[in-house]
Amino acid sequence: MSSGNRPLSPHLQVYRPQLTSILSILHRITGVALAVGTLLLVWWLYAAASGAEAFADIQAFNGSIFGRLILFGWTFALFYHLCNGMRHLAWDTGWGFDLPTAYTTGRVVVAVAVVLTVAAWVAGYFVMGGM
Amino acid sequence: MSIRTPLAHARGLGSAKSGTAHWWAQRLTAIALIPLVIWFVVSIVIMTGSDHDAVVAWIGNPLTAVLMVLLIVAVFHHMQLGLQVVIEDYVHTRWMELALLLLVKGAALLLGAIGILSVLKIAIGGA
Repeated sequence: MSSGNRPLSPHLQVYRPQLTSILSILHRITGVALAVGTLLLVWWLYAAASGAEAFADIQAFNGSIFGRLILFGWTFALFYHLCNGMRHLAWDTGWGFDLPTAYTTGRVVVAVAVVLTVAAWVAGYFVMGGM
Repeated sequence: MSIRTPLAHARGLGSAKSGTAHWWAQRLTAIALIPLVIWFVVSIVIMTGSDHDAVVAWIGNPLTAVLMVLLIVAVFHHMQLGLQVVIEDYVHTRWMELALLLLVKGAALLLGAIGILSVLKIAIGGA
């Protein structure tokens, strides 16, 4: 029995994106992005253990425009994955599967992730005295 | 009516022979990561712009070091469980799937070990 040419579900070419489906794939994308981001975490710890010079290098990278952009994206990915992960844990208990609730929790997750991301960066600049 | 034998039913391991172990480990690490990640992010924000001395002093605190090690273990275990599912879902060439799984699991082990040893070096060796 050949299974090579069977259509895939969902049929991505004709599938109308919905908030729930977008958030679903976003959970995966942010998960993969965070996995790549662990390189930065380990580099940071390794540099801290290696001495002041190595640590200054990574702090310089983190402080650059490119570094800040990556860290900003990483912050949102982290907060989104964290919040949507809690939504998944709620589903695991059997709660929140009906459509109105799934849409409401989805909007709440995005809003909270955005607010936490901005709050973390505002707080960070405030700590540095740059505000 | 089930075509499974009573023994298979009692074991509950299914066709993959591992039952709900993967799913359960993914959830347990997820639950552990909720407080650990919040603690980590709050700490990092508070330390924005800190120099090497301050960061080393922070990691060198026994409580920080223990939480960091737990965070690293949970992060990399959770990460390799999640990436495994992504690879199994999208990579349909068996040898490529196997190679990627080995790469991801090996990388998780290597990165986790480097992270933990770095924390321990600071906490015990005093970097």
